[in-house]
Amino acid sequence: MATGVSVTPEVAWSARGTTPKEIAAALSRLAGDRDGGRPLAYAPARVLNLVTVVERARRDELVERLERLGRLHTSRTFVCVISDGERRDLDAFATMSCELPSHPGGLAVCRERVEIELGRGQLSRLESILDPLLVGDVPTVVWSPGHREAVDAMLAAAQVVLVDSGEQPDPAAALVRAAELAHEAQVVDLAWLRTTPWRERLAAAFDPPAQRDMLARIDCVTVRHEPAAASSGLLLVGWLCAQLGWAGRGRLAGDRGGSITGSADGPENQVELRLEPVDGQSAPGLAGVTVGGPGGSLSLDRGRGGLAARERRPDGRERAWTAIGASRGEPGILADGLRAALSDDLAYGPALRSAAVMLAA
Amino acid sequence: MATVQENPLSVGLEHLPIDPTTLVIFGATGDLARRKLLPAIYNLAHEGSLPAHFEMIGVARRELGDDGFRDYAGEAIERFSRRAPDAEVLRALLERVRYVSGSLDDATTYGRVAELAAELEAGAGVATNRIFYLATAPGLFEPAIGGLGGAGLARPERSQARVVVEKPFGHDLDSARALNQAVLDVFEERQVFRIDHYLGKETVQNMLVLRFANGIFEPLWNRSYVDHVQITAAEDIGIGSRAGYYDNAGALRDIAQNHLLQLLTLLCMEPPVSLAPDEVRNEKVKVLHAIRPPHPEEVADMAVRGQYHGGTVAGEEVPGYLEEEGVRAGSHTESYVAVKLFVENWRWAGVPFYLRAGKRLARQSTEIAVTLKPVPHLAFQGPDAAGAAPNQLVLSVQPNEGVSLSLVAKVPGARIQIRPVNMEFLYGASFLSQSPEAYERLIVDTMRGQATLFTRRDEVEAAWAIFDPILRAWAGDAAPPTAYRAGSDGPEDAARLLERGASWRRV
Repeated sequence: MATGVSVTPEVAWSARGTTPKEIAAALSRLAGDRDGGRPLAYAPARVLNLVTVVERARRDELVERLERLGRLHTSRTFVCVISDGERRDLDAFATMSCELPSHPGGLAVCRERVEIELGRGQLSRLESILDPLLVGDVPTVVWSPGHREAVDAMLAAAQVVLVDSGEQPDPAAALVRAAELAHEAQVVDLAWLRTTPWRERLAAAFDPPAQRDMLARIDCVTVRHEPAAASSGLLLVGWLCAQLGWAGRGRLAGDRGGSITGSADGPENQVELRLEPVDGQSAPGLAGVTVGGPGGSLSLDRGRGGLAARERRPDGRERAWTAIGASRGEPGILADGLRAALSDDLAYGPALRSAAVMLAA
Repeated sequence: MATVQENPLSVGLEHLPIDPTTLVIFGATGDLARRKLLPAIYNLAHEGSLPAHFEMIGVARRELGDDGFRDYAGEAIERFSRRAPDAEVLRALLERVRYVSGSLDDATTYGRVAELAAELEAGAGVATNRIFYLATAPGLFEPAIGGLGGAGLARPERSQARVVVEKPFGHDLDSARALNQAVLDVFEERQVFRIDHYLGKETVQNMLVLRFANGIFEPLWNRSYVDHVQITAAEDIGIGSRAGYYDNAGALRDIAQNHLLQLLTLLCMEPPVSLAPDEVRNEKVKVLHAIRPPHPEEVADMAVRGQYHGGTVAGEEVPGYLEEEGVRAGSHTESYVAVKLFVENWRWAGVPFYLRAGKRLARQSTEIAVTLKPVPHLAFQGPDAAGAAPNQLVLSVQPNEGVSLSLVAKVPGARIQIRPVNMEFLYGASFLSQSPEAYERLIVDTMRGQATLFTRRDEVEAAWAIFDPILRAWAGDAAPPTAYRAGSDGPEDAARLLERGASWRRV
């Protein structure tokens, strides 16, 4: 039976004009106040710290995204809200909630959220403000939608940077920025994670040995994407180039219609590459992909209950099927991003480098 | 360019490609299918983990038809899935579901399955592996195997066929051997997946990681440092509606012979060369072979059986075993078993392994507790040192999946008082992901042909060989099992198995 998550009522603390030391002391007190009258055993979550930094105008949007993560909470989440004007101290509030066990004798797992309002001038000192508040010995992930300075300030304390290349208006610049960050920390890119089902389905389609031989004869790739999601399309093309050995020889350029076209040298063919924006799709990310070779092609498009697949074989026969799977939605992709922060992704780096190289060519 | 022998597009993917598969569930309207298999298949579909070409055929006696079975499966998924189903995904999955009504004693049933499987394969246009999942009563395993062989379903020309056999795999050594022979008359061993769903649990798989990816434990993992081991599978529930099965099986056959021995082998095995199926299973079988089955005259000293009487569990009055619906009057079936075993090899000689399983105990708890030997000399003397206790490493399978290590520490204050404290690792607190159901993992492994988490023929027979003398001794014993009160930790008589002043951990 599907079950929801029940949590204890939050215990909370707030202060104006406070300091990191006072916030740390308050978190300790919250841990002591957490039972809310319930005789439970508690365990603090020991997963990761998530540091988010956002302009005041985008605070509610970010908090809503975090709340839609459901049970996939981190150990300690920081929401750092940048306010205009100079200031030397901090306003803060902290909450602790505990997920109730679903069985007798279980432990309640507790997580904290700390919201800190700080001035723009304090951003350069963000790492020293947050460092005393980070849960020790777990990874720290920094996520600052649209705020580069905050990411740079936190790089000394963070092991993982969460980015969304799809949020940048210039996809080429977004990928270059991600590549730069990858020299400093592990990068988890939500634009890349939006390509996961497409990559899995392409891998599956070419997995039978007879189909695998076709990989060397691919001569065209067309990626259809929501207009703002060109970076996902570029990463998908970069992935194909890197995994199939086309990297370093291709080149991509945009045209006035928003399409990006180019070519790469495959082992047996020149591969025509095309990224096409598609209007009318509400979800960010890809809309479809077609991979073609001599006389045949495979297309994947968004469909009901999964991806709609259509294969045309060199002998003229066609097959269509649904590659079943639920849409993760943006909350699911963000949750995947946090999970990805705890593991290595062997394919992202090569895909990113290939895409960046082709855009620079 | 990567070679065509490998799929370069698979690098780094969480859901690796799976060959086209038709899954045939025999016993498709039974309790296992309804509560576990159908929800597990839905969840695999939800996560995009099923093969691109996936079809399912339900087979059962009930007259349902395709649409009737789709309704049945949809209701089962709605009720028992660990996540609320997505309507579009469920619809897409159920479109892949077909149904064959028929008796497993009837050869024509298998002929119709073969025809339908061939029709589905032709429709897909690709060679399709076939998995035959026997989710039936144990008495139907052999007829089903024979039927599959008779219909030519066991050896397809263009693809793979695999058969999944649920527990109990036999009810003693002789019947297990006979069933193995019947299965292997039709299938090759590499095609046979004997399922023990405990092996699909995250914590159980984590035992391999804990032992073989952490340097801290290996130096201690032997007779020089381990005093004894307790493996417990305690349930607070009774037999529910399973009297027909349980009263003929009992706790030893139901839990100890399979689940508990599997835990023991993972705990005791030597490091495998790799996680390849036979590398792991070879090491597990060596452990089972190192356990000497008791002589008949030793059984009383090595095993205790019990049966619950009425009592109180979690504040509710519950009936005794003999008052449960469907239990034979005067049944001697044990609802509790405790066994002492020795793994007689270089690493473990002389270390007692205590296994116990029971129903209607104080609470649900499955765990492995490894108790280390006490320090050779304790400098802290007197009453303040009374809290000193040997270190224990506890691997908890349920309800809290995790690992804890008990240490002793100084109580804050002017005196040096000592008491035990725990270092804990909890899955729920340390990872973001919700653990998949064991059946989800095992179904995927079956589709991938990955048999590491399934038991091999010699493993099953070696496990039965250990307990066969106990079963025979109990069968010839006119005395009833020792009574224990429902809601207790089991019969007090079980304490006599323990050596060197050890005591059972609280359930």
